[in-house]
Amino acid sequence: MLQIKNLHATVHDTQILKGINLSIHAGEVHAIMGPNGSGKTTLSNVLAGRDGYVVTQGDILFFGKNIIALTPEERAVMGFFLGMQYPVEIPGVNNSYFLKTALNSIRKARGESELDAFDFMQLVKTHLAAVGMDEKFLKRSVNAGFSGGEKKRNEILQMMLLQPKMAVLDETDSGLDVDALQMVAKGVNTLRDASRGILLITHYQRLLTYVEPDFVHVLLGGKIVKSGDKQLAQEIEKNGYGAL
Amino acid sequence: MTNKMIHESIKQSYQYGFTTDIEMETVPPGLNEGVIRFISAKKNEPLFLLNFRLQAYRHWLTLSAPNWAHLKIEPIDYQAISYYSAPKAKKLLKSLDEVDPKLLEMYEKLGVPLHERAKLAGVAVDAVFDSVSVATTFKEKLKEAGVIFCSFSEAVQSHPDLIEKYLGSVVPYRDNFFATLNSAVFTDGSFVYIPKGVRCPMELSTYFRINTANTGQFERTLIIADDDAHVSYLEGCTAPMRDENQLHAAVVELVAHKNATIKYATVQNWYPGDENGKGGIYNFVTKRGTCLGDHSKISWTQIETGSAITWKYPSVVLRGDYAVGEFYSVALTNHFQQADTGTKMIHLGKNTKSTIISKGISAGRAQNSYRGLVRVSPMAENARNYSQCDSLLIGDQCGAHTYPTLDVKNPSAQIEHEATTSKISDDQLFYCRQRGISQEDAVSMIVNGFCKTVFQELPMEFAVEAQKLLAVSLEGSVG
Repeated sequence: MLQIKNLHATVHDTQILKGINLSIHAGEVHAIMGPNGSGKTTLSNVLAGRDGYVVTQGDILFFGKNIIALTPEERAVMGFFLGMQYPVEIPGVNNSYFLKTALNSIRKARGESELDAFDFMQLVKTHLAAVGMDEKFLKRSVNAGFSGGEKKRNEILQMMLLQPKMAVLDETDSGLDVDALQMVAKGVNTLRDASRGILLITHYQRLLTYVEPDFVHVLLGGKIVKSGDKQLAQEIEKNGYGAL
Repeated sequence: MTNKMIHESIKQSYQYGFTTDIEMETVPPGLNEGVIRFISAKKNEPLFLLNFRLQAYRHWLTLSAPNWAHLKIEPIDYQAISYYSAPKAKKLLKSLDEVDPKLLEMYEKLGVPLHERAKLAGVAVDAVFDSVSVATTFKEKLKEAGVIFCSFSEAVQSHPDLIEKYLGSVVPYRDNFFATLNSAVFTDGSFVYIPKGVRCPMELSTYFRINTANTGQFERTLIIADDDAHVSYLEGCTAPMRDENQLHAAVVELVAHKNATIKYATVQNWYPGDENGKGGIYNFVTKRGTCLGDHSKISWTQIETGSAITWKYPSVVLRGDYAVGEFYSVALTNHFQQADTGTKMIHLGKNTKSTIISKGISAGRAQNSYRGLVRVSPMAENARNYSQCDSLLIGDQCGAHTYPTLDVKNPSAQIEHEATTSKISDDQLFYCRQRGISQEDAVSMIVNGFCKTVFQELPMEFAVEAQKLLAVSLEGSVG
């Protein structure tokens, strides 16, 4: 589903990614672990196509198609989702309006009919309960004044609503208390199925006790230095990145 | 001025060598007393009106154009303007094929119905036109309610007493350079009178006023709501109008008697000039309302997206006790547009209250200024004002400026002022785009969120149009 081949990328002319190779197939959950500054967030931004992140070498294939030249919205409508580490606040824009616009943009691109306000509300309500949010969240401005935990739940809500083919969650677990962490994990596990790829990017092993990954990779200095199964995550938790 | 003096001055003007046949349809460019007499005679105006115009003209000669606004204005040659042309002077096109394709594209984007496009673009339409029958029913309903709604010229003939009583009572002819010029040379506009106790049965819109075709560049509007009357007036249109006049200097006067309410909404979308700042309309308007009676209320709502330069401060003089003044504004400037707009709330009566909500949006290389005055006179016990002025910047080459002035002479006043400046950030755009929303949709979504509190003041269907209008006006502003 997602193939990353020898990926090199720069940010502000600084080489951050130095040859990443990774293949994620439908139905798999991968985790990338790494210390601060190893290139985790750069990788997720490059995958999403953010301006300012320049691919200097290598390919990103999504369903066999090279997506390097595509805009973020073009990748999104193909089914690529990025859960952000720091979801941005958009004052004045109603959360439900935002969600509906996003969902309908994607539905439209897929050739599906756009949902009207009524159908949308029916749909969003079924997901709200799953992430432990009440309807008041829909009436507030996007992420404005949300606590850290609320912002992350909002990311998971969006993921559940948009039903991506490939979801990358960038440090979604950071700064969460245990309850919120479990809620996030529950959301990810709900989406886990044979048709979908999931990539968890994290600093700690914590989230991985709730969402069991099929593969674990360690990112250091812009390269994947080691790959393994969930045992690898436990080793890192015990011995730290220094031992690698 | 006595009649004798007027007659003498009429004679005098001919010394300047101005001789125009009264049958002529258009006067040559230039302004002098002869031209004003010509306009007045052409419109068969009563003497008091000619007098009003001449006084204004003589005063105007002593003034120079204001330069205190944050605007760069090329000098205007007032002698190069023709101050009167007969109502049908605007050249009618034979079909939509002759209309500027850019204008048609804009109508398409705004979803203007086909039959309206022709009218807006200035194409000759035959008499069996949809809106004619609509307008006729409309007029009958108003007549039943006793509401007078007609062109200013018509009102001069049919209700000279009301014109004489109220014209210049809110914006005196000496008010400012452009209002003075307007007082001397105005050609037409709207007149509304709502009798005592009448609630106007529908929104009044310039669109439905017959003879609206050519009000010209010096428009004059007068709206009077008598005791306990209520009226909501809608000016302008989201679709751009074809117009060959560069300078527009309108005057709008509102008078609200005891317990009366006037809501005045404007959507202004005149030609703003091209992407390089060439061309475009100068819109220098004086709008003011007086809350004459106790418990009266005047509310201005404006959506300003057009014109190369906008200079406009819809204001309220709160004379009656418990009077309420409101100002809700969205001013959007893109490319090289400039806007200097705001309001004045003058508190004279006791327990008067005013609210100011101003949203300025700048994109491209545009400059957008809010300029406001809240004055509380020594007599105005317990006056209250709340002001909120927010600016939104798109890109890094535009500017937003806020010039609030407070002049409080009564210690019991409660004044609150809030101001914010924000920018549409790359983070926000990326976030939206990652969720599948295109860049342009993201910008318009954020802008509409920013303007929400003002759009709520517009009639429902108009609010929807206004949102579309902002989206179209912002096209190409990012990236």
